[in-house]
Amino acid sequence: MSAVLPEIELKPIGLGRRLANGLMTAAAAAAVLIVLLPLGAIFAYLLYKGIGSLNWSFLTQTPKPVGEAGGGMANAIAGSVLILGIASLIGVPVGIGAGIYLAEYGRDRLGNLIRFTADVLNGVPSIIIGIVAYGLVVLRQGHFSALAGGAALAIMMVPTITRTTEEMLLLVPLGVREAAYGLGVSRWRTTLSITLRTATSGVITGIMLAFARIAGETAPLLFTAFGNQYWNWNINQPTAALPLQIFTYAISPFDEWHRQAWAGALILIVLIVISVSAVRLAANRGMLKGAN
Amino acid sequence: MLACGLSVLALVGLIIYELVTKSSLSWHAFGWKFFFASDWDPVNDEYGALPFVFGTIVSSLVALALAVPLAVGVAIFITEMSPRWLRGPLAFTTELLAAIPSVIYGLWAIFVLVPLLRAYVEPFLGRYFGWTGLFEGTPYGIGMLAAGIILAIMVVPIISAITREVMTAVPQQQREAVLALGATRWEMVRTGVLRNARAGILGGIILGLGRALGETMAVTMVIGNRAEIAKSLFAPGYTMASVIANEFSEATGDTYLSALVEVGLALFLVTIIVNILAQVLVWSVTRGMPARSST
Repeated sequence: MSAVLPEIELKPIGLGRRLANGLMTAAAAAAVLIVLLPLGAIFAYLLYKGIGSLNWSFLTQTPKPVGEAGGGMANAIAGSVLILGIASLIGVPVGIGAGIYLAEYGRDRLGNLIRFTADVLNGVPSIIIGIVAYGLVVLRQGHFSALAGGAALAIMMVPTITRTTEEMLLLVPLGVREAAYGLGVSRWRTTLSITLRTATSGVITGIMLAFARIAGETAPLLFTAFGNQYWNWNINQPTAALPLQIFTYAISPFDEWHRQAWAGALILIVLIVISVSAVRLAANRGMLKGAN
Repeated sequence: MLACGLSVLALVGLIIYELVTKSSLSWHAFGWKFFFASDWDPVNDEYGALPFVFGTIVSSLVALALAVPLAVGVAIFITEMSPRWLRGPLAFTTELLAAIPSVIYGLWAIFVLVPLLRAYVEPFLGRYFGWTGLFEGTPYGIGMLAAGIILAIMVVPIISAITREVMTAVPQQQREAVLALGATRWEMVRTGVLRNARAGILGGIILGLGRALGETMAVTMVIGNRAEIAKSLFAPGYTMASVIANEFSEATGDTYLSALVEVGLALFLVTIIVNILAQVLVWSVTRGMPARSST
């Protein structure tokens, strides 16, 4: 017995509906173009204005007084390195530690609370972090310092690193941990030399992301690191930083300083794009090389 | 490890403690009036934060009005329409937009966007839309409109990233089912995807709002920094984050400093509430969403 197929009348899709489909597709494509336009424009201007102003003295000299040509941002680049170093020294261990706690022990209410708080901390405007670092470090020391700037940026690093570390550790299969336990390895030893080892490249990805995020931060440094026209390697003294210097020069009325702001911005963006691309590359190569 | 975990809690506690104690002086002096008074006069120690609240809200709303259609369009294109090979590069480039530091946006805005607005966009808007009252007065370039546009560019990647995420969370069968009923691709996106993802998209928009409210450097560089409440978007304004950035390190006098911290406390509370709301909305879509047939 063969089934009798019901008669279906197939109607072509009407003109109105096809038109709506075409229009919306075009609109979505146009949105992509409009969004990519400023991106292209920003990079084009950075290259165009930045490369012209970039020279050896820019990278090796300190700022000259207004009106004198030449000079550079060497001390600001060094200051940024100092401040980012302090921030990483504080923020990375704390962030990784918190991430390990969440992944290995955080299956309870306290874990959820910490997870939630980390997400909240992630959304706090950076200028607020600056106020807090001012109250905690600058007021206590009695003056602006690289340490205060580093502390502010460290606070911003912690939630990003915590959450990515947790995610990466959770990707490590339970079997790997159980194998270690089976060999009589203690829990903390397993966590540090087995689980964390396995997830290393993923954890580093998180660190680089956090680093790229704080490298360009300006607002929390305004009243912590404050800026400085001279060389400084003392963590208890006000220190120049690349983003701060760009800001000061950009809002100044001098052409020479504007040129230098573009050059500084070019250096900053190259630094950030390199770290973001490195992250992308690492992510594509697979986070978990040892475990499968 | 527990100590590190607890330090996250301690940090947020510390932020709240610092903001509350340092702003108590201003709070006791002005009370609620602080947020409804509009004169900011450090010389006479009179502080009212209304112009900053106004500037923050208006610049963020302008940003959202421009950014939301673009961001959702980008997300739709990348997840539903783009050829497969283009997806990765497009997603990466829009993410790159989020990696550019605020101060570089500001630099670009001062030297490229503002002159463009002053010479072309604002005169045009003034001529044809001046009657709305929103586009009146001298086109300085610098002002609320410039701040809104630069904020829009900055929040697009955030909104579109979240929108992409929640759209990807919509089950594939949903799409296939709608297509099987004879829908065109746009009809499929509208009825099968957007409708199911709308709570999450709203979450993404609110997350973008949170970012726009707290954004400091780029806005400070182009908004004009004048504590005024003007109807026209051409007029200079001031935001809560900008006033802290500009005046904090020069604030002499305890009440002045305390008033600035109180502005910070208010900004902190608002962004926290906005962010929590956004997270709840995004979770409601991405966490084990059942494929609802209709609502």
